[in-house]
Amino acid sequence: MSGPNIAIINYGAGNLRSVAKALESLGANVHVTADPAEIAAADGLVLPGQGACDSAMVALEAQSLTESVKRAIVDEKPFFGVCLGLQLLFDYTEEGGGTECLGVIPGKVRKFPPGLKVPHMGWNTIELLQPDHPVFEDVPEGSHFYFVHSYYPDPESPESTAAVTDYGLRFCCAVAQGNVVATQFHPEKSGPVGLRLYANFLRMVRSMA
Amino acid sequence: MPSRFTSGCNAMLTKRIIPCLDVKRGRVVKGVRFLDHRDAGDPVEMASMYNEAGADELVFYDITASSDGRSIMLDVVSQVAEQVFIPLAVGGGLRSVEDMHTMLLAGADKVSINTAAVENPDLIRQGADRFGSQCIVLGLDAMRLPGTDPVRWEVRVRTGADGGHTTHLDAIEWAARAVELGAGEIVVNSMDADGTRAGYDIELLRRLSEVVTVPVVASGGAGNPEHMLHALQEGRADAGLAASIFHYGTYSIAEVKAYLSEHGVPIRPM
Repeated sequence: MSGPNIAIINYGAGNLRSVAKALESLGANVHVTADPAEIAAADGLVLPGQGACDSAMVALEAQSLTESVKRAIVDEKPFFGVCLGLQLLFDYTEEGGGTECLGVIPGKVRKFPPGLKVPHMGWNTIELLQPDHPVFEDVPEGSHFYFVHSYYPDPESPESTAAVTDYGLRFCCAVAQGNVVATQFHPEKSGPVGLRLYANFLRMVRSMA
Repeated sequence: MPSRFTSGCNAMLTKRIIPCLDVKRGRVVKGVRFLDHRDAGDPVEMASMYNEAGADELVFYDITASSDGRSIMLDVVSQVAEQVFIPLAVGGGLRSVEDMHTMLLAGADKVSINTAAVENPDLIRQGADRFGSQCIVLGLDAMRLPGTDPVRWEVRVRTGADGGHTTHLDAIEWAARAVELGAGEIVVNSMDADGTRAGYDIELLRRLSEVVTVPVVASGGAGNPEHMLHALQEGRADAGLAASIFHYGTYSIAEVKAYLSEHGVPIRPM
């Protein structure tokens, strides 16, 4: 049985390789691509990322990828955003003096307040607000995931928050809305429980393919 | 819906335990005070073993950093990244944004720079602009200046080959400047304590933690779990890095974590 075709959207930034290796280790056929046709043909999409949101938006637009991403989401293709790939889904980020993002999830991305060490870097626990979501199957409450970020998502609607994390400030660390799942933490850097999350996503992709 | 404050501290963020693998010609080695390197094993096997043993992150230093060494190192990082799904930091001999990019493409999550940053501080800014601050680690090799009261530490460079060279830079001031330029983490290695297993330089850690706003990783001198505890509590470090106690099996990561947990340090359980 061949695995699902997953397109990792390559806009020239982020640690694409580790996301690709993690998904491949779980049996996915991974295409790291910026080709709209390949993105449209994939069974599922992953938007990874690391670094600055403002330059990522510029890179997405320069390669005309914003439309591909939005269309895939409207077409209800299973979609997984990681770290910056979560932040890019929001309306707006405070990063880079204020940047408009993709506007898929209503809300803003804010800078951590003074007094907290930034970046929030290391392993932190998550509290599941949507424990029955298929992406969290067999993920125990209070599992540790690896985070590294300086800005945090603040969704407008509480319904889109799938999990929260406490870093002095309690913030949304995962969103789930329709076909879209996204995490502020890095499943590909979170050991076995991180791989479990990706395995669950691949199962979602297979069930919708 | 604005998020709310629950407390003023880093509530649930755990302290990280990080084995450090010094790599020379494709093998892990361990020295004492940066000299006298002994073979400690195969880097890919050791990375895999530490991942299973509960390491929170891995640090690789290319201590030869010649051009031959570089391609061997790229190969090591790439092989480790194929099978180990925890954060990997790589340092040693990186001199340009392109060097950093090559390591990140091979599978590193962070790059650590020391000598090149001292010689060209703008490299920190360039790296942070291109890859984000979270990718850029300042490796700080600090040595106590004899006869200073209160004590001061000096930054040393080119520490891979021998005891290193003086820079006349104050370690605390340099760390603060590096953070302003965009460094997202500081691995502070006490050259006085390195490889002695006599404990970290707690005073150095505490002074640094008071001054910088980014995570501080303690390095150099770990001989037992109690040293690690001191670094994380009194030294206020965010992570403890060690080499020989893990490589030679003096203590396992599980033993260190169990000890820290018993003493109230938040750690990621196995």
